[in-house]
Amino acid sequence: MAIIKCEDLSFGYEGKTVLEGVSFEIYAGDYLCILGENGSGKSTLIKGLLGLKAPESGTLTLGDGLKPTEIGYLPQQTQLQKDFPASVREVVLSGCLNSLGTHFRYGKEQREAARFNMERMGIEDLADVSYQSLSGGQQQRVLLARALCATKKLLLLDEPVTGLDPIATGEMYNLIKLINLCDNISVIMVSHDIHEAVRYATKILHLGHKQLFFGTSAEYRESDPARRFLGGNRV
Amino acid sequence: MSEIMNMLSYHFMQRALIVGILVSVCAALLGVSLVLKRYSMIGDGLSHVGFGALAIASAFGLAPLWVAVPVVVIAAVILLNLQQSAKVKGDAAIAIISSASLAIGVITVSLTTGMNTEVSSYMFGSILSLSRSDAILSVILSVGVLALFILFYPRIFAITFDETFTKATGTNTKIYNMLLAVLTAVTVVLGMRMMGALLISSLIIFPALSAMRVCKSFKSVVLCSAVISVVCFLVGVCASYFLETPTGASIVLADLAAFGVFSLLGGPRK
Repeated sequence: MAIIKCEDLSFGYEGKTVLEGVSFEIYAGDYLCILGENGSGKSTLIKGLLGLKAPESGTLTLGDGLKPTEIGYLPQQTQLQKDFPASVREVVLSGCLNSLGTHFRYGKEQREAARFNMERMGIEDLADVSYQSLSGGQQQRVLLARALCATKKLLLLDEPVTGLDPIATGEMYNLIKLINLCDNISVIMVSHDIHEAVRYATKILHLGHKQLFFGTSAEYRESDPARRFLGGNRV
Repeated sequence: MSEIMNMLSYHFMQRALIVGILVSVCAALLGVSLVLKRYSMIGDGLSHVGFGALAIASAFGLAPLWVAVPVVVIAAVILLNLQQSAKVKGDAAIAIISSASLAIGVITVSLTTGMNTEVSSYMFGSILSLSRSDAILSVILSVGVLALFILFYPRIFAITFDETFTKATGTNTKIYNMLLAVLTAVTVVLGMRMMGALLISSLIIFPALSAMRVCKSFKSVVLCSAVISVVCFLVGVCASYFLETPTGASIVLADLAAFGVFSLLGGPRK
């Protein structure tokens, strides 16, 4: 059973359609990369998947017991967050908010989840360190740990390597792939790095105001959108 | 020492100290979130609305707090919704509402009582302005603000750090933003009797800024700013009592001094 199924989705702002004809399915363990140029509707689709934006038409179905509030989201960082006075533990723990229910304070279960996910990301030593003093790559690991606190099934990553140096970028990609393979957590990642996308992802969704391609990475290599995206070169 | 005991023997001083300490703590706690969310100016805008409301209340002989609290709470809710709509941008909305309410207040004053000491105390604050019933209401409201802040602390942290993530994982961020605005509105009204409409926003902004210079975790910033706020309040009140300077302005200067000290302690920012 698909954990996410989109049928002919379209999104718009104030009556103007910005993205249409999106149909795809994701199964447990899939690693989907959403490609497209700036303004192609990637961010809009993300908002739609998170339930922050209602589609104009089409249907979006979540299956396999996945609730829209249980998607581990890693947003693009804002300038405001980079200077935010918070310890790593505080940030990671805030990912457990959706399991808080009617409780007012975090309990043992949430603290344990935060500790476990910090360990998973290799940042347990940094728990009491200030978030703003970390490097870009470390900050992304903290946000990934927070996202993992919020989910057991699906991570949704919005350009997770933006602004990282090549080494941190490589580590981030490997970490994401590892979570995908070892913990069987599905991954949806927005990216504009087509080479890395095809290397790591199992499926590709290419957007350009409408759905240009959806299929496996292997199929994508041979497709017209991939060739056009690369200016005639093969991946 | 005896002079301090002497100061504490006045009933108005006791009332002012109790209410002042509570309001200082409320303002400091909320201030951390407001400053980090770039909402600092909301406090300033609301205090002007508070001035308008107090002017109207005094013109019609109504109890000032009973009029000002609901009016300012409504203004806070409107401001917050305007911030989220695209038509009038946040800072412009605050400017419009604050200058309009100031204008309404000034016209009401000039048509009725004229510029008297009562009106001046709304502008610049007065330690003498708290009646017994005002003080009781202030204590109840500020304890309420503190209790709500503590209860919802994990959620307030989450919406302050990352509203989009919090919303995506199913928290109704609108309600908690509203809560923040309502608590701020109540705090502003309670504080402005003592601090004055023109000076109250410093009570919200300064302690948070000072604390952020030194503390690096959210919890320590919150606790530190509460302590700074209370200490500066006490220093300001004592200074104003002994040097016969205006209370609100003295507290602001104490906060400014603390900010200077903490900036030096924190060293240059990277």
